Amino acid sequence: MSLSANDKATVKALWAKISPKAEDVGNEALSRMLYVYPQTKTYFSHWSDLTPGSAPVRKHGKKVIGGIGLAVEKIDDLFAGLLTLSELHAFQLRVDPANFRILSHNILVVLAMLFPDDFTPEAHLAMDKFLARVALALSDKYR
Amino acid sequence: MVEWTEFERTTIQDIFSKMNYDVVGQQSLARCLVVYPWTQRYFGNFGNLYNAAAIMGNPMVAAHGRVVLHGLDKAVKNMDNIKAAYAELSVLHSEKLHVDPDNFRLLGDCLTVVVAAQLGAAFTPEVQAAFQKFLAVVISSLQRQYH
Repeated sequence: MSLSANDKATVKALWAKISPKAEDVGNEALSRMLYVYPQTKTYFSHWSDLTPGSAPVRKHGKKVIGGIGLAVEKIDDLFAGLLTLSELHAFQLRVDPANFRILSHNILVVLAMLFPDDFTPEAHLAMDKFLARVALALSDKYR
Repeated sequence: MVEWTEFERTTIQDIFSKMNYDVVGQQSLARCLVVYPWTQRYFGNFGNLYNAAAIMGNPMVAAHGRVVLHGLDKAVKNMDNIKAAYAELSVLHSEKLHVDPDNFRLLGDCLTVVVAAQLGAAFTPEVQAAFQKFLAVVISSLQRQYH
C-alpha cells in the first residue's frame, strides 16, 4: 500500500497544521499507548512514572513525535531517511514491530481528538498509510 | 465472564446515552469504507462508492451505519453477558454475511476515531481504555460462532 503523490501532499498539509501542537500530540499518543495497552509498559520499566502526562512520558513523547516529523520530511524515501532509526530500534531497543501499529492507532485517535475538522476521512486514510510505511521502514533492519 | 469496573460501566452507558446515532453511525461506516477500501466488498449493491466524497454522501451507507451502531445497543444493555446477547448476530455475520472477522476490528478503530473527534478532551485515556475494552468484548463475541 504505497504512498501516492496525493497521500504525500495530504500528510504534509496535515502535518503543517498539527506541528504547533506536536508535543501535545506526542504526549497524548504515548500516554494513551501506555495506559490502554499496558503490555507496552514493558519497554519503559526504567522510568519512575508511567502515568499519562508524567514528565518522562512527556519528554519521550516529544522525542517520538520528532521522529515522525523527520519521517514527514523524508517522505519521498522513508527507508533511506529512517535508516539510523531503524538500526536503533532493531539492534538496541528491539521493540516488537507489533507495537508500531499500536502507537500508530493512538496517534490517529489523538489527531481526531485535537483536530476534528482537519482529520477528515481522506486525511485519516493518508495518515494511516503513512504511519504503516514508517513502521515498515523502522522494522527494515530487524532481520 | 467479563469483569467491569464501576467506572467502565458508567463510561459506556454515558457515551451511548449521549450519542448521536445518525452522525456517528454514518461517519464510522463511511470512514471505514474510505480508510480500508477492501471493506467495500460487502456493499456491492450500495451504489456509488467510487471516492471519499461519494461514500460520505451515500444515503445507503448512512442508513446502514445507523443499523450497525444500534446493533451495539444490545451490548450496552447486556454488559454482563455480551457473549450470549450476540450469539445470533455472530451466526448471521458468519453464515449469511460471510464477513472476515478482522473487519470488526477495522470498523471498531474507525468508531473509536469518530467518538474521539466528538468528545475531544473528554476522551481521556481512561475513557478510551473503557471504550476499547467494550469494543474488544463485542468483537470477540461476534467472532464466537465462526467455524
